[in-house]
Amino acid sequence: METIYLDHAATTPIDPAVIEAMLPLMSDVFGNPSSVHSYGRKARQSLDEARRTIAQRIHAHEKEVTFTSGGTEADNLALIGTALANKDRGKHIITTVQEHHATLHTAEYLEREGFEVTYLPVDENGVIKVEDVREALTAETILVSVMYVNNETGTIQPIQEIGDLLKEHQAYFHTDAVQAFGLLEIDVKKMGIDLLTATAHKINGPKGIGLLYAGKHVKLQPLAYGGEQERKRRPGTENVANVVGFQKAVELRTNKEAEYRNLYQAYKELFIQTLQEEGIAFEVNGKLENTIPSIINISFPHMNVESLLVNFDLNGVAASSGSACTAGSIEPSHVLVAMYGANNERTKNAVRFSFGSANTKENVKEAAERVAGIVKRMMKNR
Amino acid sequence: MNDNQHIRVVVGMSGGVDSSVAALLLKQQGYDVVGIFMKNWDDTDENGVCTATEDFDDVVRVCNQLDIPYYAVNFEKQYWDKVFTYFLDEYKAGRTPNPDVMCNKEIKFKAFMDHAMSLGADFLATGHYAQIREQDGKVEMLRGVDQNKDQTYFLNQLSADVLKKVMFPLGHLPKKEVRKIALEHNLVTATKKDSTGICFIGERNFKEFLSNYLPAQPGEMQTFDGVVKGKHDGLMYYTLGQRQGLGIGGPGEPWFVVGKNLQKNILYVEQGYTHDSLYSDGLIATDVNWINPVESAPSFSCTAKFRYRQADSEVKVEVLEDGNVRVIFREQQRAITPGQAVVFYQDDVCLGGGTIDKVFKDGSFLDYVG
Repeated sequence: METIYLDHAATTPIDPAVIEAMLPLMSDVFGNPSSVHSYGRKARQSLDEARRTIAQRIHAHEKEVTFTSGGTEADNLALIGTALANKDRGKHIITTVQEHHATLHTAEYLEREGFEVTYLPVDENGVIKVEDVREALTAETILVSVMYVNNETGTIQPIQEIGDLLKEHQAYFHTDAVQAFGLLEIDVKKMGIDLLTATAHKINGPKGIGLLYAGKHVKLQPLAYGGEQERKRRPGTENVANVVGFQKAVELRTNKEAEYRNLYQAYKELFIQTLQEEGIAFEVNGKLENTIPSIINISFPHMNVESLLVNFDLNGVAASSGSACTAGSIEPSHVLVAMYGANNERTKNAVRFSFGSANTKENVKEAAERVAGIVKRMMKNR
Repeated sequence: MNDNQHIRVVVGMSGGVDSSVAALLLKQQGYDVVGIFMKNWDDTDENGVCTATEDFDDVVRVCNQLDIPYYAVNFEKQYWDKVFTYFLDEYKAGRTPNPDVMCNKEIKFKAFMDHAMSLGADFLATGHYAQIREQDGKVEMLRGVDQNKDQTYFLNQLSADVLKKVMFPLGHLPKKEVRKIALEHNLVTATKKDSTGICFIGERNFKEFLSNYLPAQPGEMQTFDGVVKGKHDGLMYYTLGQRQGLGIGGPGEPWFVVGKNLQKNILYVEQGYTHDSLYSDGLIATDVNWINPVESAPSFSCTAKFRYRQADSEVKVEVLEDGNVRVIFREQQRAITPGQAVVFYQDDVCLGGGTIDKVFKDGSFLDYVG
């Protein structure tokens, strides 16, 4: 049985061209970019070029890009780094209830360290209100962190509007754009974004490499201390091969965002259409028109997400639940709870399917048919 | 490869050595093995580490060593409703419950069995030390070969219908051999300590645990003649025949718990291990389960266990009209404890069992619990 991958929001396969681009950095160009000799310079050259290419994609200056180990570290650096460096201007931070845990748990840590954090709610479509941000702002607010696209539902947040609002306020604006980067066009200057998180492995790049964009004006304190790398914001010998892989992944998508969106939108529509044709009951979580094409979150009434996901996997369909369910502790997804309330059945039977490079029209349709077949069988055996 | 590859066996994996080896043996026999970890209780140890997370981590490692898929399932709610509530209710009634028997009946071989079947399983397997024999269409449960490890006592509430869909891959092995197999295959759980006691209490102080859920009502310790011997911490903390923790000094033989009076909140104590009041010659059991219908009912002879790891005793069983049983002991028994299971055997075949409800001697009920 062919297994079908529908979990691109978790991670993606590395594009062969990316692997190709990385190989020389693991063999010939092995130098340490900080070294004073030719080996070092060659590595530094690759590093600089990659940084420039990637920075351009979000309309940033190359000196504004700090490479990290991934999205989680970038979120930590954004929140902790700005909080510690700007606490003389205030100790208030605004974020939302539906952020990724890399943001939420960092915010909770800062609360324990004496910062005050406001968690804004979302409406039933999973969108935050710009008005709520305005009302939450105080003279003490130093940071507003709102994710660009929610990783569980794919819901797109009003980033431009929040950016506009904050142009008149001292607070920095951070957005975790991990699910948006490479699929939505991003212009940090136009959008009023001061800090932005992105990662390579969601766009067919390698794991273990991400970035934090921080505008020139942003005061940021590092999380680690050591050498002069990354302008002291992230010391440690640079992961040059991964950075170059990141660069290649970005290049492969350059000016092709719309093309990818159309392709994934077609997959999404085909998936929904097939489920409808199969006649099974399901509900889409979030407002379809306002979600990114690559992600769909579906609740299957009367089903139990644990049985669903295991059955999908045993039948070769790889999907996930937004909720962390390690060791059998099923916490209902905090995102769906924020949208529908803790007692809504939708929070307990939701599955996220996410489309990408491992898909074809054929395997998306096949996956939907398998999903429908399992749901039908489970309905019968209830 | 053989036909077993088309037979899906879901193995309940706890992260211990027994279920690890059960999965290993099934994999070696060529079955389509799926490992599933059950989370029934939310608990963190003194370092703030969730014990279930640690155990699941071992399940993951073992399954990866065996190259089988692994998942987790949560039955905390069912466990609370069906096992823990019963556990507390029994203590409130002054009895000594057996949550492992209830867990097997309601969770492992019911809720978990249903889950396994919903995943297309043909069989559910566990690392219990018990054997299943199928003969002329009749399915029976036999004691595990390792007499010291035999767990049929805890499995007495299963039915032949359930056992048809069950495998006990360790039933024919001594525990020592299981450890050896685990070591030979470098399983990460090979040297892991066996879990002791009741799963949700673990290594913790039992008194302290129980006091989180039931208010303790201290009262007096008395002899049956009304002589006050000291204070007790709450009747639920004591079980029949118990010697430890009474704190009664003085000359003569040690003191033992011989009964409880719930209404007056009195704990009865008497002197001597073989004190007459601890002995009985029969019992009434409720919630009786027969693995297969009993052919010789309403009255037959067999052997019985009244506690885990106790030698069998010869008994006569009378099946009563309401389905309960009267069990007459061939020889007097010490400290038969209401709430515990009585389990019946014909040689190595486990016939079933029930919950000890009342205990009698010379034709009249003992007020062990009153």
